Parts: sequence; C-alpha cells; structure tokens
Amino acid sequence: MSAEKGKGKEPLIRMAKRDTLSNQKAWCIRGVALLLSLITGGLVILALGHNPFSVYTSMVVGAWGSSTVIRETIKIAVPLLITAIGISFAFKMKFWNIGGEGQIIVGAVAAGYFGLFTAHILPKVPLVILMMLAGILAGGLYGLLPAVCKAKWGTNETLFTLMLNYIALAFVKYLMNGPWKAPGSSFPKIAMLAPGARLTKVLGVHWGWILALVIVVISSIYLSKTKQGYEIAVVGESNNTARYAGINVSKVFIRTMFISGALCGLVGMLQFAGADYTITEGIAGGVGFTAITVAWLAKMNPYGMLVVSVFIAMLERGANTIQTQFKIPASAADLLIGIILFFMLGCEFFISYRLILRGKEEEDV
Amino acid sequence: MFSTLNSLFIAAVLAGTPLLLGALGEILTEKSGNLNLGVEGMMFMGAITGLAGSYYYEQAVIKAGGSVSGVLSALIALLCSFLAGSFGALIYSFLTITLRANQNVTGLTLTIFGTGFGNFFGEYIGQKAGGYVAVSDVTKAAFSKIQIPVLSDIPVLGKLLFQYNWLVYFAIILAIAMAWFFNRSRVGLNLRAVGESPATADAAGIDTTKYKYFATVIGGGICGIGGMYMSMVTTSGVWVHGCVSGYGWLAVALVIFATWSPLRGMLVALVFGGLTIMRMYVNIPGLPAQIYDMLPYVATILVLVITSMRESKEHAQPKSCGTNYFREER
Amino acid sequence: MMKEGEDLSASNELAIKMHRITKTFGKVIANKDVDLELREGEILALLGENGSGKTTLMNMLSGIYFPDHGEIYVHGKPVTIRSPKNAFSLGIGMIHQHFRLVDVLTAAENIVLGLDGGLTVNRKEINRKVEELAKRYGFDLDPSKKVYNMAVSEKQTVEILKVLYRGADILILDEPTAVLTPQETEKLFAVLRNMKKDGKSIIIITHKLNEVMAISDRVAILRKGEYIGVVNTAETNQAQLTEMMVGRPISLKIDRPEVEEKVERLQVIGLTCLNGDGVKALDDVSFTAYGGEILGVAGIAGSGQKELCEAIAGLYPSIGGSVLYSVEHEGTGTVVKERILGLKPDEISKKGIAMAYVPEDRLGMGLVAGMDMTDNVMLRSYKDNKGIFVDRKKPRELSEKLIEELEIVTPGVETPVGRLSGGNVQKVLLGREIACSPSVLIVAYPVRGLDINSSYRIYDLLNEQKRKGVAVIFIGEDLDVLMELSDRLMVLCGGKVSGIVDPKTVTKEEIGLMMIHVDHKPEDQGAAAGDEEENRNETDGEVRS
Repeated sequence: MSAEKGKGKEPLIRMAKRDTLSNQKAWCIRGVALLLSLITGGLVILALGHNPFSVYTSMVVGAWGSSTVIRETIKIAVPLLITAIGISFAFKMKFWNIGGEGQIIVGAVAAGYFGLFTAHILPKVPLVILMMLAGILAGGLYGLLPAVCKAKWGTNETLFTLMLNYIALAFVKYLMNGPWKAPGSSFPKIAMLAPGARLTKVLGVHWGWILALVIVVISSIYLSKTKQGYEIAVVGESNNTARYAGINVSKVFIRTMFISGALCGLVGMLQFAGADYTITEGIAGGVGFTAITVAWLAKMNPYGMLVVSVFIAMLERGANTIQTQFKIPASAADLLIGIILFFMLGCEFFISYRLILRGKEEEDV
Repeated sequence: MFSTLNSLFIAAVLAGTPLLLGALGEILTEKSGNLNLGVEGMMFMGAITGLAGSYYYEQAVIKAGGSVSGVLSALIALLCSFLAGSFGALIYSFLTITLRANQNVTGLTLTIFGTGFGNFFGEYIGQKAGGYVAVSDVTKAAFSKIQIPVLSDIPVLGKLLFQYNWLVYFAIILAIAMAWFFNRSRVGLNLRAVGESPATADAAGIDTTKYKYFATVIGGGICGIGGMYMSMVTTSGVWVHGCVSGYGWLAVALVIFATWSPLRGMLVALVFGGLTIMRMYVNIPGLPAQIYDMLPYVATILVLVITSMRESKEHAQPKSCGTNYFREER
Repeated sequence: MMKEGEDLSASNELAIKMHRITKTFGKVIANKDVDLELREGEILALLGENGSGKTTLMNMLSGIYFPDHGEIYVHGKPVTIRSPKNAFSLGIGMIHQHFRLVDVLTAAENIVLGLDGGLTVNRKEINRKVEELAKRYGFDLDPSKKVYNMAVSEKQTVEILKVLYRGADILILDEPTAVLTPQETEKLFAVLRNMKKDGKSIIIITHKLNEVMAISDRVAILRKGEYIGVVNTAETNQAQLTEMMVGRPISLKIDRPEVEEKVERLQVIGLTCLNGDGVKALDDVSFTAYGGEILGVAGIAGSGQKELCEAIAGLYPSIGGSVLYSVEHEGTGTVVKERILGLKPDEISKKGIAMAYVPEDRLGMGLVAGMDMTDNVMLRSYKDNKGIFVDRKKPRELSEKLIEELEIVTPGVETPVGRLSGGNVQKVLLGREIACSPSVLIVAYPVRGLDINSSYRIYDLLNEQKRKGVAVIFIGEDLDVLMELSDRLMVLCGGKVSGIVDPKTVTKEEIGLMMIHVDHKPEDQGAAAGDEEENRNETDGEVRS
C-alpha cells in the first residue's frame, strides 16, 4: 500500500497498458461509444429545439421506410463502399490518400469523355466497358502522381492528394463552362448521358452494387492472402523492414496507389453512368472524405466497410429527410459523422489501456 | 503597370492574411509535436461562430433599441472565433494527447466535423434569419480598412502599408510576437523541446501534456480567427456555403513552405495570397478563369515537391510531430 | 550475502531509502518489494542483468514512473515523486542511458531546459554559467555547440552537466560506460570521484563487474525484479557478485572453438559511403571474412557499424569500393566471386546468395512488431513459391520448429512478435536468419538488452554457425565479449578501419586507443585467419550482456 503521507499527492488517475482485451469486451466498449455519440448528437438536436427521438426515428424511416428510399440509401452506400476500400489500400501502407474526391472526379470525366461523345457510335456493352476502363485508368493515374513523388523524394502525400482534389474540381468547372458546356444551355452545365448508355438497373439500383460486393470479396482475399497484400502490410508497418525483406517500397507505393486511385476512378464512372448521368462539380460530393471515416471505423476490413458504409449512407439519406421534415440542414449528417468518429477514435484508448484511480488498487474501465 | 502591381500587392495582403493566421496557428501546434490536419475544420468553426457572434450581438442590441458598436461587434467576433477554434483543437487535443488517438485521422475527422459544423450552423442560422445571415454595415465598417493618422496619408506607401483592416495588423504582430516567443523566451524554448523530443522535455521537468494542450488549443484559436477573417472580410459578413474550402489546407501547406518560421510565414502567405487572387489583376490571354483558379494548388504541389527534394536539420518539422507521447510506455 | 541496512533505516545519513517498491507493466512485474538504500556521499553500484528491473527502479526515483506500491524517503523524509520536476526539487538527477537531449538546441539550451527564471533566455549568461560549471568538474565543453554536431561522449557530458546545473546532490547514472571507450570510462570515473569528494551521493547502474569493483563503495543487487542484497565492495569479489546476480554459480567463459578449414567468403575492398550530410560514414573500408571464424567489429557508437552492415546487405548506398561474395556453384563446386555492392536484397538473393543479416533494430527492421511469428518467418522467403498467393504452411511449420528448438517463450505462433520479450524476439530473428542456411551471417549487437542466459544461447548459436563453416561478422559494443568471442577483431574509428587485430594478444587499452585514433596500430593489419593460437586469455569473470 502506498505511504499514508504520500497518498494525498498521488496522481488522481494513472493509466497502464492493458493485456489484450477479449474481442467481446472490445466490441462492448465500441458499442457504448457509438451510443454516447448518438446521445451527444441528440443533445445538439435538443439544443436546436427538436425532439431527438423523433428526429432519429425519421432518419431511420427516411432511409429504410420504403423500397424507394432503400434504393436511394443503397445508391449512396455503393460509392462510399468502393471508395473506402480504395482508400483503405493506401491507408494500410500508411499512405494518407485523401485525394479520393479528385480521383473520383477524374474517373467521372474520363468516363464522361466516352459516354458523352461516343455514345452515338458505340453499342452499349463496349461503351460501358470503355467507360469503366477509362475511369479506372484516369483515377489510377491521378493516384499514381503523388505516389511517385513520395517514392522518389518523400513528398508529403496528404497535402499533395488534397491539392489534386481542388485541381480536379477546377477542371470540371472549366469543362462545364467551356468545352463540354451543353449546347443551348444558358447555365454552365454538361449534357446528360444518352439513356441508352446508362447502367442497367438490377433490383432498382444500377449494377454497381453487385460490383461493390464482388470488390469486397476480392479485396479481402487480396489483402490477406496474396503476396502483394502481404507486401502492403509490411510496408505499412515499417519501410525499413520492407527494404530489409527485399521489398521494393517504391514499387509497392506506386502499384498500391494505382489500385487505390483506380477504385476511386471506378466510383466516378459509376456515379456518372449509373446515378447522376451528368458531371457537375458535386459529382464526388464529399464521398472521398466520408470514405476515410468508413475505412477507419471498419478498421480497414472490407466486410466491416460494407456494414459501416450502409450505416453512413443511412445517416446521409436520413439527413435529407430531416431537412424537409424538421428544416434541419442536411449538413447535420457531416456533423453527426464527425461526432461518431470522435467517439470511436477516443474509445480505442479504453480498449488498450486501463485506468488506475487514486488510492484504488486497479480499476477497470 | 505600376498601379496594377500596387493593387495586386494590396489584394495579396488581404487574401494572404487568413492563410497567415491559419499557418501561424498550425506552426504553434506543430511546435508542440502535434500535427493537426484539422485546420480547415477549425477555420470553418471560427468562420461561422465569429459571424454568428456579431450577428446575434447586433440582433440583441437592435431588439433592446440601442445602437450597434462596431468595435464591440468586432471584438465579439474575434472572441467567438477564437473560442470555437480552440474548442475544435481541444477535442483534437483530448483525443490525441490524453486518449492517444492517431493524429492524422483525428485531424481529418476534425476537418469533416468542422466543415459540417460551419455549413450546418451557417444554413441553420440563415434559415432562422429568413434566408441568409449577414451583419449590419456598422460591423462591416469595423472590418474594412482603417485610417491611421499621418501614416495612411503618405503617398503610395500609405496605401500599400497602412490602409488595411485591423486583422491584417493583428496577424503581422502575432507573427512577430510568435517569432520572438520561439527564439527568445524560456517558455518558447521549452515548447520547442516538447515538439522535438517529448521524452527529453519530460525528463527535464517540463510538463509536456500541459504544453501540448496549450499550444494546440491556442493554435486552434488562431486558426479560428483566420476562419473568421474569411467570413467577415473576404465575404463581407455574409455566410457563404463552403467559404473556407481549401484555405485551411493551403494554410497547412504554408507551414511547410515557411519552414516552421512565423516570419517566413508572412512572406509565403503574401505569395500564396497573391496567387489566389492574381486572376483578377493579371490577365493571361487565352487562359480560362477556371484553369487560372488552379494556380495556388498547382503552385503548392510544385513547392511541396521541391521542398521535399532537399533536407535540412534545422528548418524541419519538429521531430516528434505526428506521434503521441506516453511517459510510461515501454 | 548480508541483508544490512535494517539497523540504519532510521538513520539520517541515508540520502535515499526505497522501501518495498513494486511496479508492474501489464502482466510483467518489473520490481517486486524492492528495498534500496543510498548513503550520503557514497557511490553505490546497482547491479543486475538486463531485465532485472534496475532502470525501472531508478526511473521511479527520477519521476518517470510511479510505483504501484512502496515508500521513498529522501534525506530521511517520506516523499512522493510524481514527475521529473519533483525529482529535481528533491535534488535527484538521472543521466539516462539513451540520452535525453534535443538535437537542434545547443548544449547550454539543453542544460537550462525546463528551468524557471526569467521570461527570456539570456544566451550569453547561460553559456558563461555552463562553462564555469564544466570547468569546476574538469569537463571540456563548448556551450554553444548544437547537440547534433556532438560526439557521444560530449552528449554524455551535457547530460551530466544538466543534472549538476540543477543542483542535484543525488546522481543516478544508467549504464554510463556502455557508449564510452576504456579511456573515456576512466575519465568519467575520475569525475565521479571528484563529485563524491564534493559530497554528492551517486548511484551507478551497471552490469559490468570490473567497473563495479573499480568505482563503487557498496553494491546492491537485483535479480528478476527482486532485491537480493547489498555488499561492501571491499569485502566481495566478482564470483560472489555473479552468483548473487544470476542466482547460481556460473562460468562466464565464452567458448571460442577452433575451426581448421577457413575459406574466403566475403571480401570488402575500399568501401566508401556518405551519410545524409554528405560526410563519409565509411571511408575506404577493406577486410575479408572467412568461413569458420567470427570477425568481431568494435568501435564507439556511430563509427560506421550500421552503414557497414547495411551497405553489404544492400540497404545503404555507397559511392565507391566493391564487395565480392564467394558463391560455390552446386555440382561443379567452382567458386565464383559475385559483385554484390549496389544490389538490392532481393537481387542479391536472386544470385543464389544466402546471406543472413540480424540488424541492430530488431523490431524496426528485422521483424514486423505487429505481425505474428508465421508472417515474420516468411518475411525473407515469401517470394519463393510460385503464384500470386502466399504460402503460410511452411513458415508456420518452421515457426513451430524454432519455438521448440530455440525454446522461444510465446503464447503461440499467432502472437504478434512485438509482445515477446527482448530475448525471445532476438531468437525469432536469429532463428529465421539461420534457417536459410547462410554462408555469411552478419549480426549487429545481437545480445543488447538480453539477460545472461539468452546472451549465452546466442553466443552458442553463433559458434555453431562458425563450426558449420559460416563466416560470422559480429558487431558488438562490449569489448570484453568481443575479445573473447572473435577470432579476429576489426576496430572502426570514424568510418575508417583503424586495424584488424588478434584479440588473444591485444590489450583492451590498445583497442580503446584504436577506437579514437585511426593511426594507432599495435600489429599488422589484416592478421590472417589461419595463424590462431590454441591458448587464450582466461576470462576475468566479467558479465556480458
């Protein structure tokens, strides 16, 4: 026991590393954190003078209440899921690709080039394949650029990828105002994709959702079972170890960022040909950022991302409902996502550490 | 030609000031070893709360039948934005310093949260105000250029140097004060030690946790003021959806270009301020406006690549940046 | 052994008394009910092998850790030490083994760090004060020199002055001689004796018995986190101390088996590398490594050891020279010398070369801390099978075999290696490297931080490889170990080879001089491998880590 005289001066709370916690307990802590974040969000809603229960209820109903809104929710989840998987490839090797937004845009633009200008020559199937390849290639190359600089000179990829977002955005604006401006339109906007070239719907949503599920399975296998996946994991843990193991770190950076960007580019194509049918400055609509949240919350696990992306899609879809119903701006979704992520980030601490209160022997949290 | 250059310079100073404020806040933060990528978020938070502070103050005064004081309104905006930025930084600090969350992800989350916060409340208050939020002319006047007796009347120079709004001078004084703080003061020296090597600072008896919290929270407050500049000066006291967008990130990049020196920060802020508005002053025939708009971002990438090619021991990021410190870690 | 001190516990002449101190980290008990007493004006050696909890115990005095249980008395008064600042105010100062200095600041700035006094830093004033203090104790230091420009011994001087500047009268030094040459060690001991005369009380943490005998008044011994006892230095001998430290009588002789057939394996000619600042980290380094011998490499820290290993292993760029690797072609038996300098590790292995390398940074380079043993074991061989998928079956079997053969203590192959203890981590790493049947094995500081048992297991493994005809290059820091284990000893100084000597005939002092002067050569460079003699120096019973 500590000295009686010294006791009063002992620190109030000390922390110590835990031995590994059982999975069950860890998920319990995460569950509590999620609940607390929803309560915090509820308090904000309350402060705005609304009943949090009815707001939350209307969010859920707004996302799952009818087959129409379910389709809408899925439509939001698809790009989130694919982008999150793309981003997680980069994040796994500690390459902070926050340029998903820009990679989606260039993917959409590249797909748009064929979709808008060759739809009258090409039949649907080759056209769609062409659009897909164009989107994948453009997104991949856009992701490649910062990877090459990082591999060569260690250029800060966070800022690089971010700046590329703004450049892509300005480029779309340029296309809208100039070369791709829809003929006869007084507004700066790009023409619609011919109905014959649009992606076929399966169960009411474009087939991108099937592709997304396939990508979940393939990426999960790629990351855990293949040599390239293993290399990504080693590079992510330590560049030095990777070099020591004879892994060409630059090559892994470049290859993986191409895949990462390519998946984002694919999302751009899906959004263009399956959801929006045109390209606006909102084609990416913050998906590149929200996907980071999805990837992190799912701990980079593709199956986890499937669940999380559907959950986040529900929040976003629900936010639209509460905007019309309660006049709460739809940006509430961003706010709520931010709060949830704050809590989830914070709760990891309680999974790895335990607190020891003053005077007590050992207190579990 | 000469007058174009003059007006370009003036516009560059005006456009560079929020960048400088954001960069100064981030320099202070990074000197403590915290890499806070949430600058954009904190600027958004500062932008809306500064505007809202002034707006609600005006509404309250008008309701009470009094007359609005421009100075008071400006001070309220300053205080509110500082507090909002600090609040964002406090969340970040609590998560990274106390709960040891990943700095990169926490910063990104702060950006998502802050952007949502700004746009949400911007729209919300706008809805309540019946369309959009805007401050009165009195407050607007408090944020327009000031007239300094004698100095402002000097031909050419007076216009170039002494006719800006007060926040410009505030930012410059802050930069100079910060440079002095890092190089001359004891607390500044200690702070640098915390950022370079927290274990060393800790062993030397410096309370690293306290230093990290203070530097990060005050740094966040300064970023918040930078955001308030955007909503009060750049958009003249009207809430524009997404008004900070991109500026926060430019500020983060500027920290690198300034090599963590507040004084060099003034120079790079001027240059990048200039790049963001150059389109309005220097016409390049045949270059579409939207392509011209890419200029600051392209320049950022170029400078990033160039700076990454050379390495320096002294003018580098504080060494512990990005990693959390826990004394009892084994 | 005697358990004295009970009768003195109430006495005022104790500078420090620690009573029943316990500290745990997770499941690991670092200190268990430890008692320790430091008398005023004495030098107390705190002896124990690696992992016995010496540093942890001292960190509770310096305020880095907080004890789970137990009381601490300073000058007879009960105290609570919550932070380093508390410790300073009690006059306790610790010189850590890993220096706690800020590279970009000057010596003087580092010394005044964290001190109260004035809003601004008066650089002139503090420089003057530091210079004065340095003179008083016989140190030679430029107060305005930046730490990143300093040699290791200079950094240590700054650390000691930092503590003295704060007016500490109780000094704790954690393994202060580990980074010093024998001559520098002597100088440090002279300073410590000066301080003792000045009335300071000193604890010196060490595991080197000759140093204990040379400097201390009393010796306190820890074993596996427990307090064993305290003895007067004058009344003990190295054998008794060893037994108290290890828990049983143990021969500390390191084997040096003779191998008859020695074939050339690796030839390094004029190897030159630049470091990040454009300074030569390696300067015209030439030597030959033979199969069936251990080539020891000595030198003060940062003399180019790391660059040497990494340049050979294909991990560090060079600007000149060549490295020739003798490859015996299967079947024909003809030996071909392959140039490997400048090739990447995978390119080297593609040439059919089996070179093993155990780097200094085990978890930062040799292994992946967050991965399990299987994934770590396949780190260097995952490309061997065909196809795009990794084959985890063989590595898993190898892991299980290693666990059994090397007695690796782990909950299972699925446990991340970062969770294992230092000795077990090293066994995983060395085991993996040996499993590829190398013809050259480079090991850097393989026993650093390991306890005696693990250390001797590692020496045995190295000797076993030597017997198999492997050329072993052993980078070490403990001169006693290097001199006993190596067949030849190469000394590096500032990136240059200052000599290759026969450890059986050279003295420690001579090597010490070679570590700081390139031109000091006690005998012919490149003593051939064949002319070894049977007789060897008896060990003086020191303990190596």
